[in-house]
Amino acid sequence: MGQITMEMLLDWYRQMVLIREFEEACQHLYEQKRITGVYLHLYSGHEAIAVGAIANMVIGKDHIITAYRDHGIALAIGCDPGATMAEMMGKRDGLSGGKGGSMHLASRRHNFWGGYAIVGGHLPLATGLALESQYNERGAVVISMVGDGATNNGYFHEALNMSGVWRLPNIWIIENNGYGMGTEVERASANPILHERAKGYGTHDLGRIDGQDVVAVYEAVCAAKEYALAYGPVLIEAMTYRYRGHGVSDKQYNTRLAQELEEWKQTKDPITILARRILAQDPQAQPKLDQITGEQHKVVEEAIAFADNSPLPDTLEELYAHIYVD
Amino acid sequence: MAVKNLPMREALHRALHEEMIRDDRVYVMGQEVGRWQGTHRVTRGFLEEFGERRVKDAPISEMAIAGAAVGSAMAGLRPVAEIMTINFAFLALDAIINHAAKIHYMFNGQFTVPMVLRVASGWGDQATATHSHTPEPIFAHFPGLYVATPATPADAYGMLKTSIRDDNPVLFSESIGLYPKPGLVPDDPDYLVPIGKADVKREGQHVTLVTFARGLEWCMGAARELEKEGVQAEVVDMRWLRPLDTETVFASVRKTNRAVIVEEALPMYSFGSELAAQIQEHCFDYLDAPVKRVSSLDVPVPYSKKLEDMVFPTAHKVVAAVKEIL
Ligand SMILES: Cc1ncc(C[n+]2csc(CCOP(=O)(O)OP(=O)(O)O)c2C)c(N)n1
Ligand SMILES: [Mg+2]
Repeated sequence: MGQITMEMLLDWYRQMVLIREFEEACQHLYEQKRITGVYLHLYSGHEAIAVGAIANMVIGKDHIITAYRDHGIALAIGCDPGATMAEMMGKRDGLSGGKGGSMHLASRRHNFWGGYAIVGGHLPLATGLALESQYNERGAVVISMVGDGATNNGYFHEALNMSGVWRLPNIWIIENNGYGMGTEVERASANPILHERAKGYGTHDLGRIDGQDVVAVYEAVCAAKEYALAYGPVLIEAMTYRYRGHGVSDKQYNTRLAQELEEWKQTKDPITILARRILAQDPQAQPKLDQITGEQHKVVEEAIAFADNSPLPDTLEELYAHIYVD
Repeated sequence: MAVKNLPMREALHRALHEEMIRDDRVYVMGQEVGRWQGTHRVTRGFLEEFGERRVKDAPISEMAIAGAAVGSAMAGLRPVAEIMTINFAFLALDAIINHAAKIHYMFNGQFTVPMVLRVASGWGDQATATHSHTPEPIFAHFPGLYVATPATPADAYGMLKTSIRDDNPVLFSESIGLYPKPGLVPDDPDYLVPIGKADVKREGQHVTLVTFARGLEWCMGAARELEKEGVQAEVVDMRWLRPLDTETVFASVRKTNRAVIVEEALPMYSFGSELAAQIQEHCFDYLDAPVKRVSSLDVPVPYSKKLEDMVFPTAHKVVAAVKEIL
């Protein structure tokens, strides 16, 4: 592992602030009915995981795939914020031309293979992506985000086992935010220590890490990548928290879970943790951090303006395009 | 009979609540049915009232939810299992089709499977391609399984009770769009709707509109429009896709000599295809025009609002179809 430079820390800070600004803007736009629909699952609180993991990827070579909580992945991997926001609004210039929406962001160019809304459904796809890497000796790894809740359906178990049997270069990152919708991990998983599931599938267990510390995530995924390319699949359990509940239809997070949420925000906010780390190394960095925040705020404003100006697709031709390969 | 004006969601809540009180063998299982109060609020308050023995919050494990419902039903319980939306029932298809539907037959009547699998169904609100299915006909394809598709609160109430009390497995589909729609419901805990009995929701002599579930809304809307032009449409609400009450349909078509079949689902290999075939087989001499069908367009459902709106049937499309054959 190379040294983590101040430049890297500042860039991660930038990305995490971008994601937070973007997500809070999405929440606001939803309340204003400029983003519509029933599903909008925000990444606020999780930022360090996407950023720390993706920092290890060779973009365009390594792969990433995730579930519907996908905005942070898209932004961290470098998708244009305007095109990402346009997809939220179902616009023609969105990442998927407005056909996918918030839950189905994707970018072929970045080997970001998409967000998927059937819980666990993307996990065997990750196995397949890794199979291709091994098959063609590409030396590429596949990073898959896994919800804690997703570890309980068959997709998870079958995908991990197959990857284990074939020694594929999969890196499974469980984003353990404590809940699948309203159900605590302890009430859904007979063994709530989720990383221990690795053992059952011949998968290297890197244990639990602090998912709020981008450096911890970066280092763990770095080690995972090395292992995965040499020996086969690796699993990491990153502990995190959802700041905006399950999704926009979840009205319980700010009542039932208000106190717990406040504690996470006060003591384990990923952006605050990183800011502290930066300031410990460079006590003069505060103006730089403020500048980054201001810039990212502007980036998001511009993204919204771009999305606003993009038209809604509305032709039969668009409706019927891409059902089959022509 | 005394009646109450209730939204369908409340009618279902009431039916299930009364059956839970009536029969200790009836229990509820599914994701978020307890602590979260039910994704669709049908099981609201159940956990508090009946406790964890009878209200089971399940992991995200559709295969096991459906399969365990089958097993516990074979052993003598009467599970009312909930799959959060019908889209996720695809993960449970094997347990439903190969086990729930086959076991009574395959073991020559030794076992019964008195279970109800409640599923919320339907599109709208930009749920996108994987979350917008109405695949009830897939389930109705298989002998051994009943398929309930209520369109009104009263039918939902009586049909759920009938389904719970019956000794056969029932796939019970609830249209998400109908949950908030009110209607008069009999105030009688023993109000039952006979299995496999359609209902003529409106009488008329010029054309028969055959439909189920959400389609009733469009057909009644179309009938009101057509009435202004002197056309009296008869509206047959199937209520159950299996058993299929073809006699009621045939009697109506023999009277009106014209039929339009209206459904929310996709057009190919559908309810409409099945019924059109049966009508021509049994009412050929009575038909004055070809049987018409109105359904969703033959596309995956896109996210973007205008594209999504193009996909689905409306009262207006039903009126247009009727006019083509008058
Ligand atoms: C197969 C399937 N079952 C149920 C759902 C409904 N659902 C959507 S998200 C979710 C919770 C998933 O929790 P987790 O995996 O922990 O991810 P998180 O939302 O916390 O990121 C559920 C139950 C679904 N989309 N797919
Ligand atoms: Mg979770």
